[in-house]
Amino acid sequence: MIRSILLHGIVIAALIALEPMLSEYHHGNLARIMVLAVYATGYNILFGYAGLLSLGHAMFFAAGMYGCAMMVRLAEWSVGLAFIMGVACALIAGIVVGFLALRTIGVGFMIVTLMFAEAAYLTILYYNEYTRGDEGFTIPQAARTLMGLDLSDTTTRYFAALALFAAALITCAAVVQSRAGRVLVAIRENEDRVRMLGYDPFRYKLLALVLSAGMAGAAGAAYAVLFGYAGASFAGVQYSILPLLWVLLGGPGTTLGPLLGTVLMFYLVDHASGTIMPGLAALVETRFGIEAPGLASAWLLLVGVALVLLVLFAPKGLLGTVRARVIPWLP
Amino acid sequence: MAALAQLTATGLVKDFGGLRAVDIDAFTLNTGEIRAVIGPNGAGKTTFVGLLCGRFPPTTGRIAFEGRDITTMPAHERVALGIAYTFQITSVFGNLSLYDNVALPAQRRVMLDGGGDLRARAMAALDRVGLADKAGEIASAQSYGHQRLLEVAMGLALGPKVLILDEPTQGLADSEIAEFVTLIRDVAREATILLIEHNMPVVMALAEQITVLDGGRVLAEGTPEAIRANAAVQAAYLGG
Amino acid sequence: MNLLDYLPFDLPHPALLAAGLLEGTVLAAVLALTALGLSIVFGIMRVVNVAHGEFYMLGAVLAWFVTHQVTATVGGPPWLGFAIALVVAPLIVAAIAGATDWLVLKRLNYDPEATIVATIGLLYILQQLALTFYGPDARPVEAPFDFRVQLPWFGYSGYKLSVVAAAIVLLLAVWLVLTRTKIGLVMRATQYDRETAQAFGIPVDKVYMIVFALGAGLAAIGAVLIVPIQQAHYLMGGDPLLLSFIVVILGGLGSLKGTVVAALFIGLSDGLISTLYEPTLAKILATLLVAMVLVFRPQGLFGARAA
Repeated sequence: MIRSILLHGIVIAALIALEPMLSEYHHGNLARIMVLAVYATGYNILFGYAGLLSLGHAMFFAAGMYGCAMMVRLAEWSVGLAFIMGVACALIAGIVVGFLALRTIGVGFMIVTLMFAEAAYLTILYYNEYTRGDEGFTIPQAARTLMGLDLSDTTTRYFAALALFAAALITCAAVVQSRAGRVLVAIRENEDRVRMLGYDPFRYKLLALVLSAGMAGAAGAAYAVLFGYAGASFAGVQYSILPLLWVLLGGPGTTLGPLLGTVLMFYLVDHASGTIMPGLAALVETRFGIEAPGLASAWLLLVGVALVLLVLFAPKGLLGTVRARVIPWLP
Repeated sequence: MAALAQLTATGLVKDFGGLRAVDIDAFTLNTGEIRAVIGPNGAGKTTFVGLLCGRFPPTTGRIAFEGRDITTMPAHERVALGIAYTFQITSVFGNLSLYDNVALPAQRRVMLDGGGDLRARAMAALDRVGLADKAGEIASAQSYGHQRLLEVAMGLALGPKVLILDEPTQGLADSEIAEFVTLIRDVAREATILLIEHNMPVVMALAEQITVLDGGRVLAEGTPEAIRANAAVQAAYLGG
Repeated sequence: MNLLDYLPFDLPHPALLAAGLLEGTVLAAVLALTALGLSIVFGIMRVVNVAHGEFYMLGAVLAWFVTHQVTATVGGPPWLGFAIALVVAPLIVAAIAGATDWLVLKRLNYDPEATIVATIGLLYILQQLALTFYGPDARPVEAPFDFRVQLPWFGYSGYKLSVVAAAIVLLLAVWLVLTRTKIGLVMRATQYDRETAQAFGIPVDKVYMIVFALGAGLAAIGAVLIVPIQQAHYLMGGDPLLLSFIVVILGGLGSLKGTVVAALFIGLSDGLISTLYEPTLAKILATLLVAMVLVFRPQGLFGARAA
């Protein structure tokens, strides 16, 4: 328990200490990473701990993003209130989806969540006049202030993202080490057995899903407010797959895995788009004489390869493997 | 002493597609007794018991517990009422320690009682089956016999009124079986025992009443001596 | 007093209605082939292939490459290029699928969740490779023949009608193979009871590889048939995947008859609604319908409930 508190404390402290050393570019990157890590942490609670693979989490992220951004844009709410609205929208979506989707298991659950998310994405496109569809809309800098602080300022933005991530991390750690968290993990191992020990599995799975949705929504709302943009692409399938990838890479069922996975994938893709893929494209063209016009922008190829390799060779992810081999107490 | 009906089933039928797995007109389990349910393979024993504890719903019929109709009550609520079930195939949580395994049901009992000492309850359950000294060890590393005992401990940690044991001695060594019989006699002082068993010596040693199932129906019911002498039961087991 | 005046919406002109129905039939024909591929794979292997749409897309893209080579490089007529593509493209796609099954899915032991994650990865790999070598543009493929059939209100493309005919022939062929041939029997035996099939000496691994390849090949054939009507584009796999899912889930996973009926239903209604009304709304309703069917009636509208 003490080791757990120390570990999480050190990570948060490190993120704080890192701030003054970062360039402007990396300031923005890490702020983005931390917000997305909140999304991944939420996803991890459902996938890594409850053992439910959702393919539609983008709908919760988007619920938060649009719930917040539309209130700022259309109703001119303050950031604080709009943020709460965003989270509330995501929580409601989580409850509704939970009551329906949790009647299915395994593959059925995956497809149902995928379908709901697809419907949500299409609905955002359909109500184009309010949501501006794929094009999205920006939130003016003037509106993005919280308690007098300008959220578009790189330093403020960084610490706001950090505060949110810290909250998510602590919540996750508290939940998984709590009584309810233990029941959840046991449900993942053997649901029938847990039912026969007197627990209602549905209730626990619903709680996990709603909490997961709320975190995803908080991430979405924060993203809108910190980066000043909301767009339908964040509700698309890609944004449902990405947290799965981040959590798989970092280690499902570990509290710090989501952050690690998000950081690594972000910089891998960044580096790939900037250097590796164009270099590869040039190589293919010169060495093999084949024209590869799209290779430079095909960073999703890396996502695909990473998913296949992870699921084949390292389903426990990085920290999961570390926990299995070296540090058994890793939360 | 007058028998007090605790768990009853009336007109209980379970169909799986075209197969009628269970068809029992009347079954009564009395408070405090040790009842064995025996029968050849495929007789429907596990299905019957599964209906009683709510793992699946009956096609038709009524189940009552202490006078209360529980036919449509979900399994986890029946457990909360006091019906505990240990699995035929060992279903302990392999990755957890023995303590963590019993802590789960113990925790549930504490939640239901609105208070109580979790640690004490969990350790008491382990102590009852003689595994208290291994509390910190991982369940999957235990011998098969010990895992079966852990299953029983998990049931005990719930503080049940009815303890349903599904082939608990299967795979145990003789010495372990003897210890098991002693344990169950001890537990029977506070809980009603419903025992599915294939091991005849265990059945004869423990049971006060025996229900024989065959083809999903009750073939015979009575004391061990009566069942032993019953020609129909012998026929069912030995193929007549 | 015209009863039609009391309807709450505008009845379309009969010609428009007929056109919508015809479009829907063509769509349904190709959809039936594509969805059948997905259904066979799930029915026999119990695996959901999320990359199914990309196999479809590959079929179309490869068809473009082949026809392009034949017409532009060698100077052959369109029908020759198309004919070769119709054979070569599905075969190549089937080979890729078979290899994927052997190298990846088999290693995962066909675990349901792991397979889905792996096929999601495969989806991105195939899609992005298409983007890499084919590029982001949509390119047309010339139809092998070009005649119009004169219907009461309008002329209709003869090629589109032949697509429907071709699809019917192929569906019948698949049905015959599955029910009348030895290999079909082997496949159905493996579906019915994998362990027993293995005990009887059936090489289940190889059967699975063939089934997976067949599923992909069917999708590819559907795409080759449709590519002269639509164009080949690296993102064209998304819609067929969604529609195939809808068809297979509504029709009941693993039910051949259900798949065909559902494909007709979806194809016709999609064709009608898209011609007459707003396609996005239709899609929203369709996805929600699939979700609700899975939640409340997981065996689909035709499949048998698992015990």
